[in-house]
Amino acid sequence: MVEKKRKKNLSFLERIYVVEIFKGMILTFKNMLRPKVTMQYPEVKFEPPASYRGRPVLVQERNGVERCVACGLCSRVCPALAIEVQAAETELEKERYPQKFEINMLRCIFCGFCEEVCPEEAIVMSKDYELVFTNREDAIYGKDKLLIPVDKLQDRLEFLRKFK
Amino acid sequence: MPYLTIDEKRVEFNQGQTIIEAAVTANIDIPHFCWHPKLSVSGNCRVCLVEVEKMPKLVIACSTLAAEGMVVHTHSDKTLEARNAVMEFILINHPLDCPICDEAGECKLQEYAYAHGKGESRFEEIKVRKEKRVQLGPFIKFDGDRCISCSRCIRFSDEIAKANQLTFVKRGDSVTITTFPGESFDNPYTLNTTDICPVGALTNQDFRFKSRVWEMSGTDSICIGCARGCNTEIWVRNNEILRLTPRSNEDVNSDWMCDKGRLNTFKFVNANDRVDGTMIRENGELKKVEWSEALVKAAAGLKEFKSTEIAFIGSSYATCEDNFTLVKLARSLGVNNIDFTQHILPGDQDDILIREDKTPNSLGAKLVGVKPAPNGLNLEGILRAIKEDKIKALYVMEEDIAALSNEWEEACGKLSLLIVHATNHNRTTLLANIVLSASTFAEKHGTFVNFQGRVQRIKPAVGTEEMDRALDGMNMSRWDKFGTKFDRWMQGHKYDAKPSWKILSLLSLQLGGKIKYEMAEAVFSDIAKTINEFNDLDYDVIAELGAQAKIKQTLAV
Repeated sequence: MVEKKRKKNLSFLERIYVVEIFKGMILTFKNMLRPKVTMQYPEVKFEPPASYRGRPVLVQERNGVERCVACGLCSRVCPALAIEVQAAETELEKERYPQKFEINMLRCIFCGFCEEVCPEEAIVMSKDYELVFTNREDAIYGKDKLLIPVDKLQDRLEFLRKFK
Repeated sequence: MPYLTIDEKRVEFNQGQTIIEAAVTANIDIPHFCWHPKLSVSGNCRVCLVEVEKMPKLVIACSTLAAEGMVVHTHSDKTLEARNAVMEFILINHPLDCPICDEAGECKLQEYAYAHGKGESRFEEIKVRKEKRVQLGPFIKFDGDRCISCSRCIRFSDEIAKANQLTFVKRGDSVTITTFPGESFDNPYTLNTTDICPVGALTNQDFRFKSRVWEMSGTDSICIGCARGCNTEIWVRNNEILRLTPRSNEDVNSDWMCDKGRLNTFKFVNANDRVDGTMIRENGELKKVEWSEALVKAAAGLKEFKSTEIAFIGSSYATCEDNFTLVKLARSLGVNNIDFTQHILPGDQDDILIREDKTPNSLGAKLVGVKPAPNGLNLEGILRAIKEDKIKALYVMEEDIAALSNEWEEACGKLSLLIVHATNHNRTTLLANIVLSASTFAEKHGTFVNFQGRVQRIKPAVGTEEMDRALDGMNMSRWDKFGTKFDRWMQGHKYDAKPSWKILSLLSLQLGGKIKYEMAEAVFSDIAKTINEFNDLDYDVIAELGAQAKIKQTLAV
């Protein structure tokens, strides 16, 4: 039988284990008294910071019109080809608006390039991370799901102005 | 030959050429907005300033004549600084609205601002605002803000379209473009100005906001609007044609095409009345059936008649390949009655591009032999024979024969068997017993012969059900390359249609004939072998710009 060599021989106290077990228990009890970090999701929801990149959404102005001018840059820059935009003409001063704006959430990789490239600050990453769908069709979000009132996005817009 | 030196490169030139012309022949790029090779020199944009040794100041390359021994620098510090300054000047009043501008992506100003601009503006004042969304003519929207006053559109109207309709008004930074009082910008060539406009000031109303230019694929093609056969490019997204633009070909259309050709020759491809799959008439109603069933029925139908009771109608809308195969099928059945009709609008012709003959391939149909064989009947003869019940079966390829006249419509109604190749539903399909859905010019390979006898190629830009963009070597946009069947932007409808030569070839198999073509190229090589005018030609020789058929002038249509 080969005798196993230790780097350091255990002292007497270490060899009887009692002290060591006691030391370990101190650590355990210490942590029991600390505040909990586990979140009871879904009863408790995680509120992400402004820097969080949740699903991309379209900014809806207070008058109900979307900011987007359907320039298609988000669609062009999207590395996953998740965004499809179809422009059309509007009488408003911005001349064009997205007749169709669809993001395929199965393709989206939450990189935030669309937000970065947008010349109008019209598409931003939201705090929404709860994306559930049961078929491919449901995963394509149209304007109905994408438009979010500007007041709900203030956090992110301020963050962008500061750090973009 | 005299020569000058541009950027240390020896460039030969012809006496009378300007510096920029000499540079273009040597593939040296000098930035330019107002200069256009087909238009007179105007010299107002100043962006082509270059340094010429021994000249005290910089000169504009577009109006300075090249001279023996001249030494030109297009990238010296002095030139770059001047170019930068000119760009800054032009950009002062140009709005930063590329995101909503249709020109973005093919805009000269955008390109030069990127290549030669400073990247930032020192201009803090308010930009001059001008009229936006002006309806300049029936097909053109004008945006005054974006205009950089290069005068290309004005010179085009005067010099190429020969219609003096546009002019500058006001001066300085409020200069803008308008039509003369009482005039509308409505000559037949207006939309060419949207192509030559270096910015997005003039935009095509029909294409307005339909797509960003980088989302489409471009495919070389030929306009089918008249016998000129202008070289065009077909722009497709999601299997739908969105616009046509002219392609440069000095021998045919220079850089231009007419508005009618540009706007009216492609919409039928994606129209609601497209024939989608083969159809057979049962109890007075057209019913969709499989190709095999329709072809068997057509073959059985033709076999019931004597060869003298059958007539074939070719088409000047169809390609040479289609017509040639039709002639071959007729011959194999021993049918002598074969002809086609031209569509001539007397008087609708000018010295620029537009021709009276409104079909792309009358000469081609004639050359490949769509004419009555000895003892055969021509078009009028066929009509008379149908009336006299001598001809009972008519095989019509890509021609709305019933729309020619009421007489023809009545005659079509009298037939025992009417087989039609059609791209769209029309008056003939209403009467047909069997409708075989034919591919349009944008969905097949083939050749047209224009009125000059120039053989030109068309290529598929839109896919039919039997085609695959990648496997069939069609041009693809980024979307086409990476799309899957689950992406909505890939679900553009593919029609169930085949090119006429293929339908004829399949039908010939059912009739026990020997026509077995797999590719349009094979049909053409057969044409080249059997018809003198096409000797020595093949798809590679025809290439992008076409090749001349060996025709005698007397044959010209």
